[in-house]
Amino acid sequence: MQTFWDWFRWLHDTTGINLTIFYDAFDRGRFASGLWMTIKLSCACIVLSVLIGIAGAWLQGSRLRITRKIVHGYIQFFRNTPPLVQLYFFYFGVGSLLSTTDASGGASPLVSNVAWAIISLSFFAGAFNVEIFRSGIEAVPKTTVEAAESLGFSRLRTYLFIVFPLAFRIGLPALNNNLINLIKTTTLAYAIAVPEMLYMSSQIWSDELNVPEMMNVLLVCYFALVGLLAYGMDRWERAIKVPGFGA
Amino acid sequence: MSATGRPEREYRSAQHEGTPVSATGRPEREYRSAQHEGTPVSATGRPEREYRSAQHEGTPARALRWNEPLPRGTDLPVLLPVAARVARTAAAERRAGTWTLRLGPAHGLALLLVFVIGCGVAQAQAGAGNPSILATIWKWTPLLLRGFVFNLAISVVAMGAGTLAGMLLGFAQISLLRPVRGGARVVTQFFRNAPWLVLLFYCMFLLPFQVTIFGVTIPIPDWLKATLGLALPVMANVAEIVRGAVQSIPTAQWESSASLAFNRRQTLWMIILPQCIKRMLPPWMNLYAILTMSTVLASIVGVNEMMSLTRQALSAENRPGLLLAFYSYVLLWFFVYCYPIARWTVRLEARYAVNQ
Amino acid sequence: MPATATEPIVVIRDVHKSFGDVEVLKGVSFDVPKGGVICIIGPSGSGKSTLLRCINGLVPINSGTIMVAGFHVETLTTDQQRIALRKKVSMVFQQYNLFPHKTALQNVMMAPIHVLKEDKAEVHARAIALLKKVGLTEKANAYPGELSGGQQQRVAIARSLAMRPDVMLFDEVTAALDPETVKEVLNTIRELVKDGMTCMLVTHEMRFAREIADTVCFTDGGLIVESGPPAQLFDHPVKDRTRAFLSQIL
Repeated sequence: MQTFWDWFRWLHDTTGINLTIFYDAFDRGRFASGLWMTIKLSCACIVLSVLIGIAGAWLQGSRLRITRKIVHGYIQFFRNTPPLVQLYFFYFGVGSLLSTTDASGGASPLVSNVAWAIISLSFFAGAFNVEIFRSGIEAVPKTTVEAAESLGFSRLRTYLFIVFPLAFRIGLPALNNNLINLIKTTTLAYAIAVPEMLYMSSQIWSDELNVPEMMNVLLVCYFALVGLLAYGMDRWERAIKVPGFGA
Repeated sequence: MSATGRPEREYRSAQHEGTPVSATGRPEREYRSAQHEGTPVSATGRPEREYRSAQHEGTPARALRWNEPLPRGTDLPVLLPVAARVARTAAAERRAGTWTLRLGPAHGLALLLVFVIGCGVAQAQAGAGNPSILATIWKWTPLLLRGFVFNLAISVVAMGAGTLAGMLLGFAQISLLRPVRGGARVVTQFFRNAPWLVLLFYCMFLLPFQVTIFGVTIPIPDWLKATLGLALPVMANVAEIVRGAVQSIPTAQWESSASLAFNRRQTLWMIILPQCIKRMLPPWMNLYAILTMSTVLASIVGVNEMMSLTRQALSAENRPGLLLAFYSYVLLWFFVYCYPIARWTVRLEARYAVNQ
Repeated sequence: MPATATEPIVVIRDVHKSFGDVEVLKGVSFDVPKGGVICIIGPSGSGKSTLLRCINGLVPINSGTIMVAGFHVETLTTDQQRIALRKKVSMVFQQYNLFPHKTALQNVMMAPIHVLKEDKAEVHARAIALLKKVGLTEKANAYPGELSGGQQQRVAIARSLAMRPDVMLFDEVTAALDPETVKEVLNTIRELVKDGMTCMLVTHEMRFAREIADTVCFTDGGLIVESGPPAQLFDHPVKDRTRAFLSQIL
């Protein structure tokens, strides 16, 4: 392993390509923590946004008009404003309201910037997921649901065995688009100093002055991350595609 | 290589005659006409059905799990047209690479309401000696608008450059030369998968602050670098929109132009592209609206556009409670600009859907 | 084959064509004399349309020879060569395939102007005459979306005729039409045949085939099972398969 790292030191000495993140243990640690943070951020946001999507789709089918209105308002807000503004809104707006005074007298936030990034981005992606799941459920014909009920399925079972599997298949391509978008949007967390990959890289290049190298590393890393998700989702999508529909 | 010069499509048209696709997969019209014309819809006419049922008899029946593929070639009409619409939208959004903006008058009203509430809150928190909140906003408006002009300049130039480059890249993707096609595909995918902010950083830090051509030194201001940074993802998305639109034109149009002895260039310019423009316009305009909203990203890399200036104004005022009023004010300006574009996009889309 | 003195303009010998594992044409051979009218009938999926597409060079064949209007279709490799062929052989499709962004008149005029590089005024006059011939003078400036199926198909025929081809291929041109409009299209084809155009038709209109064809070919399973003059094929089919098919249809 050491020879592998040393090769990059040699690369620097001979060509000037300075990839400190490979031969310098400290930078390697920093970059790895940034990458790990991006992955954590992405995973947390994916899970949370899907949960928000399911909950929102369920609430949108509510009999109460006010519930439907609230969900609608939520979707409209997050769909039509720039995600950066949403992030600022949560971090600077809501975040400044939610702070306590600590022992030394300074204001300390109750919610960390990482948590705000997760919340903000999840709500952003969740708004799209609500619509995706909702339209998926609506695409399942009433007659199919009736058929299931006439076969003695309970409402819950009908939902679990008939409606959800179909709705999920229908919604998957759109969900796929949205999650890919979400991963790309996690870079915005840089703006509120979340130590994710972009942020850590910027620290490294300001210390080591190796901007071009780090920029290319970043591009490749994001390309790989997004590509991996896109590939996996695409495979899954194709595997469970409903024949007769789709492009 | 097919004779029509469209290798990837050949199989589809081949299916048409050779291996009949399922009843749901084939155009409804064809099916209907086959019936009324008295063609036998018998087992001999549809060998695939016979084959399928035979296959099914052979395998023991087993329930499908929710994430398992359905058996191929089912011809049961299981889903509503809604599903087709969902699939279409998803495909369109994938091609466009962005979500669809749907601005309505209600959004403007809501924003105005937030602005009014923000002003009210700020006014309530303001001390006796401070000028009124509206006067404060009015005072800053000229500066903020100067920033807004920057946002618009960035969006227009980035869109223009991105569209030009994207068109070329899109055409390269449907080139008959395999290396050109493959290369263009890689470039497109690369820039589509890269986050906008990273591309912005890339151009901000790696472009020189000035270039010297024939002894003339031309400075590259920050905003121009940011513009290039945003033009890159626009390029990739436009390329994909072009490719998608070309592929959405039915194979039949290529075939009939071929049988009328048009060459490939003529077919593309006279038959295919004119039909594409209508399909490309809505996603292209939506991309522009999204891009305009994304120009605020330039504030992160230190361009003095509206968002950065707002922050500077806020810190200069140093008054609590101005935040909501100022940011909603900024958003209102963006809304005023993006709203007509978004409405027009929806109108065009609706018209296209009717004509389809 | 009917005994005709003239040289055959289409000569097809032992043509094989597969799509993947599916062999659609399994050795098809026949001739079409100049001015002849040949109708190809048979069940769906028997390779009829593929055969026409092969003749027009839209689909490459695996083996065999196709000679049309002096071109060896299977040897054409470049676009230029195929374009030369298609100037002589024109095809009309089941789904009309008009260019939706052009009016009927423009649809007819496009190919002669841009492919044959002919004079615009002359092409215009000819296009008007052709539209008159197919009975659509008053629809010259309508877009395909504003025309009925039958009208679109007649424009498509006029569009092909504008190229002044030697051979016309009709691929189930009435299959997508309503019964009332089938007649107007068939009348148009009838006119053509009267004018001495060499025509190859894939059709399901048996009565029409009997009326206008010199020769009728019955295809099934990628082979020509039986062929002959319509009176013989329809009234006294030799092969069992032909008889079975006809009894289902008639």
